[in-house]
Amino acid sequence: MSEFEPKIVAYCCNFCAFAAADLAGAMRVQYPPNVRIIRLPCTGKVDAIHLMKSFEDGADGVFVAGCLEGECHYLEGNLRARKRVAYVKKLLTEVGIDPQRVEMFNLSSAMGSKFAEYVEEMTKRTKELGPASTDGQKEPQKQ
Amino acid sequence: MIVADRKPLDEILNSIKDYKKIILMGCGGCVTICFSGGAKAVELLASQIKMARKKQGKEIEIIECTPERQCEYEFIDELKKELETVEAVLSIACGVGVQAMTERHPESITIPGLNTKFMGYPVEHAVWDERCAGCGDCVLEWTGGVCPISRCAKKLLNGPCGGSADGKCEVDKDTECAWQLIYERLKKLGKLENLTVVREPKDWRTSTNAGQRKTKFEEAML
Repeated sequence: MSEFEPKIVAYCCNFCAFAAADLAGAMRVQYPPNVRIIRLPCTGKVDAIHLMKSFEDGADGVFVAGCLEGECHYLEGNLRARKRVAYVKKLLTEVGIDPQRVEMFNLSSAMGSKFAEYVEEMTKRTKELGPASTDGQKEPQKQ
Repeated sequence: MIVADRKPLDEILNSIKDYKKIILMGCGGCVTICFSGGAKAVELLASQIKMARKKQGKEIEIIECTPERQCEYEFIDELKKELETVEAVLSIACGVGVQAMTERHPESITIPGLNTKFMGYPVEHAVWDERCAGCGDCVLEWTGGVCPISRCAKKLLNGPCGGSADGKCEVDKDTECAWQLIYERLKKLGKLENLTVVREPKDWRTSTNAGQRKTKFEEAML
């Protein structure tokens, strides 16, 4: 399992998470290279089908990173995204895929190191879960 | 409009377990409005099915489509060519859509993916309550526009029953008593005398109790 490198797709808002990722780069903050960032005008642009298609096409983890709640550039796009992430968790559970593989994070454009922390968290989480294609097929972990 | 809920995914997967190529057909009518069978629902269900089947090691090919209305021949006939290439059709339209497909294209197997529930009204965004039971003999004129057939658990014509308390139904405390609503409405309209008339038992033959119902508009018939 230690050799498994998960593929993580991050849907990032242009005004916060994407800028935070940029800042992380400028600050030379190290974070795992497993993440593929998709820049969005707002996380409100994310639809459930985008998240589902990411898994369908081989992602092991997906996260949506939007502005802090109450600070969305378009007022409530991030709140809509949060609902859609919760919906996708339900859809994945029905399919037999661990709902922890999809997550919503909130941060501001000044939080470069926080962005790196979130990437690390998702990478750690998906590494522990293993490839998404094997969900529900593994032996239960022994205590 | 007609309101329907999607069947559980396990039930859907079981109903298509023998097929390797299907059409997943939505409907652009009522079920699009109630989020259970529109183009978006088609995309999401197709994605779920493909992922679930991949995990089972039995991949499936799905043609996605959402005709304007699945209950009309003109719209579903457009898919004739595709129908010849698949083993079955999974329909997420109401029961009328599924049967329209079955009757118009009897050579194909059409499987329902939704449970059609009722004719309803959106009481708030994405929440629907039943408003019409299609009883075939409308009583809304003398009930002040509140339907006791679809909204009263006992379908009373001379209500309320003894179970009405604080304006709520005894069957479900979250449901308003239809007869309380009727009383309040008639009081507001100054037509409480409507309640002094004892209504005779309803003739349920106009409802579903006398077999299939039919109707026609002769002037428009070809």
